[in-house]
Amino acid sequence: MAAITLENIVKTYGDGFQAVKDVSLDIDDGEFMILVGPSGCGKSTVLRMIAGLEDITSGELQIGGQRMNEKAPRERNLAMVFQNYALYPHLSVYENIAFPLRLQKLGDEEIRRKVEDAAATLELKEHLDRKPSQLSGGQRQRVAMGRAIVREAQAFLFDEPLSNLDAKLRGQMRTEIARLQRRLGITTVYVTHDQTEAMTLGDRVAVLRKGQLQQVASPRELYERPVNLFVAGFIGSPPMNFVPATVEGNAVELPFARVELPRDVCARIEGRNLLIAGIRPDHFEDAQLIDADQRGRGVTFQAQIDVTEWLGNELFAYIPFEAPAEVNERLTSLARELDSENLRTQLVVSLDTASRIKPGETAELWFDSARMHLFDPASGENLTRDLSFAPA
Amino acid sequence: MGGRRSALSRLGTYGGPVLVIAWTLFPVLWIVSLSFKPESGINNEKFLPDTWTLENYRTVFDTPLFTSALRNSIFISLIATVLSVMIATVAAYAIARLEFPGKKLILSLALAIAMFPAVSLVGPLFDIWRSVGLYDTWLGLIIPYMSFTLPLSIWTLSAFFREIPWEMEQAAQIDGATSWQAFRKVIVPLAAPGVFTAAILAFFFAWNDFVFGISLTSTDAARPVPAALAFFTGASQFERPAAAISAAAVIVTIPVVVLVLLFQRRIVAGLTAGAVKG
Repeated sequence: MAAITLENIVKTYGDGFQAVKDVSLDIDDGEFMILVGPSGCGKSTVLRMIAGLEDITSGELQIGGQRMNEKAPRERNLAMVFQNYALYPHLSVYENIAFPLRLQKLGDEEIRRKVEDAAATLELKEHLDRKPSQLSGGQRQRVAMGRAIVREAQAFLFDEPLSNLDAKLRGQMRTEIARLQRRLGITTVYVTHDQTEAMTLGDRVAVLRKGQLQQVASPRELYERPVNLFVAGFIGSPPMNFVPATVEGNAVELPFARVELPRDVCARIEGRNLLIAGIRPDHFEDAQLIDADQRGRGVTFQAQIDVTEWLGNELFAYIPFEAPAEVNERLTSLARELDSENLRTQLVVSLDTASRIKPGETAELWFDSARMHLFDPASGENLTRDLSFAPA
Repeated sequence: MGGRRSALSRLGTYGGPVLVIAWTLFPVLWIVSLSFKPESGINNEKFLPDTWTLENYRTVFDTPLFTSALRNSIFISLIATVLSVMIATVAAYAIARLEFPGKKLILSLALAIAMFPAVSLVGPLFDIWRSVGLYDTWLGLIIPYMSFTLPLSIWTLSAFFREIPWEMEQAAQIDGATSWQAFRKVIVPLAAPGVFTAAILAFFFAWNDFVFGISLTSTDAARPVPAALAFFTGASQFERPAAAISAAAVIVTIPVVVLVLLFQRRIVAGLTAGAVKG
């Protein structure tokens, strides 16, 4: 067990492409760290540099306080679970799990004890004599984990381990991984593009974009206080709504409502005309369903409902709006970066299922303006990250 | 109507192969039958012998020309095969996994060499071998055999290695293996079907070769079986040795048949099934 420290890590490929740009990250002993980002953001490259499968162009990697840049993968004493499991197809499940121990030249008796321990933890006992090809996806995944936990590695590395499983199994394995990590208390670095995994598993989450670290924080902080448009749009499902906000004195004009701003926010945005406001879908509500007290703490507005989706536990409503070209362009390029399509500018709001709002109607909605964020359209920076909107 | 169509297609399914098998096996059976006929009875104008005899086999094994040739053939072919497969495995792994300048050149050169007509090499080789003292030695045959089997083996094996996902070696290295251990314990077993295919092809080339065998040897010291058969005289100089030659031919065919039967499962078996998500 050991802490992992990345200091100004850079990866430049032979063709000059910079996959990882100056990433610094401190992963504490026993911490569960998630690396997350859209495809091509360099998260797997960072993991493979920690593992020793990729050379580090510049910067320093330390594991347990020792410089590891020049060490071969086998000298780093890490365990890794690959996306496609990378089981050895010619070996039985038992021999797959025993493989790292055989390389350490342990005695047969000790190997048997350790493999059976690991198999018991992962409920693989009845499959030990089978070949990987005879196992289901979830079982293969567990064998890959068995091979990782059987040795006393300094840290676990996971490279999108659940992306080949179906949705139901993915949920089960996710809790399984969380339980295992808590029990063993081993430093873990986990790469994923799935934000549910990122939010539920990690002690801390590092968000990457085009090889650059955007924000490292607890899941709650990422969700509530994102540093920029990218993090705000990436974390949360359905994603945060971005709408143009025109500054008018002490207020901003949104396409559907006017929001009065507290004094410290005004000071922060002084001298700007156009901003992008971000509001989470679940910070909206049907105005009929909230009491007067709550109503006073937010903003109420009329909106034409386009489509509704009732999912049993929540109700989504879609409300199209017009955005100026400048904001639209920014939002489209953001959507492209986040691997999604921004087909039209619309609000997605998540309402209580008790709501009787119907598509085509004009409804009265409410949103919690205290939890709104204001972003700079050019830099994407969150101008109000450390401020609260609560009326002054 | 459906019944007739299926009857016809069944005829095609079974009849076709039977026809092909009969066509290819007939000469073999003819040789086998000849080998059991007494020297006097080979003109009996029947497919099967009138009287079955093992006399020809006894004659063959009593002839030093044949036994020494058999020994030469076995060892020369085995040594050429083992060396060629070992070198090809390492070379193909490098070609499949490493990027180095001249990789394309090596591959196309290898293919060009494999296409080279053997006959055109025999003359120059004869002269060179005579002057360097390799003429009529085992090594003098092993070298040309390898130069023809290596390119083919490298091509076959590098195709197999390319099929094996990179993660296999990477997983092994993280599990604590050196590059060599990862290669030996993970990659070679996975490429086993390819290794066996390459080995069998190489062995057959060496075992069946006639051109080099007859041109680069002159005595029992290195002459392999296919060449020796041409010098066969049978029990006495005045008899036609057709039956004895047939017996010798049957004997040298047996290892080939045994090898194919032994390894056909290894060749066909898709060992990589289940390596990754499937």
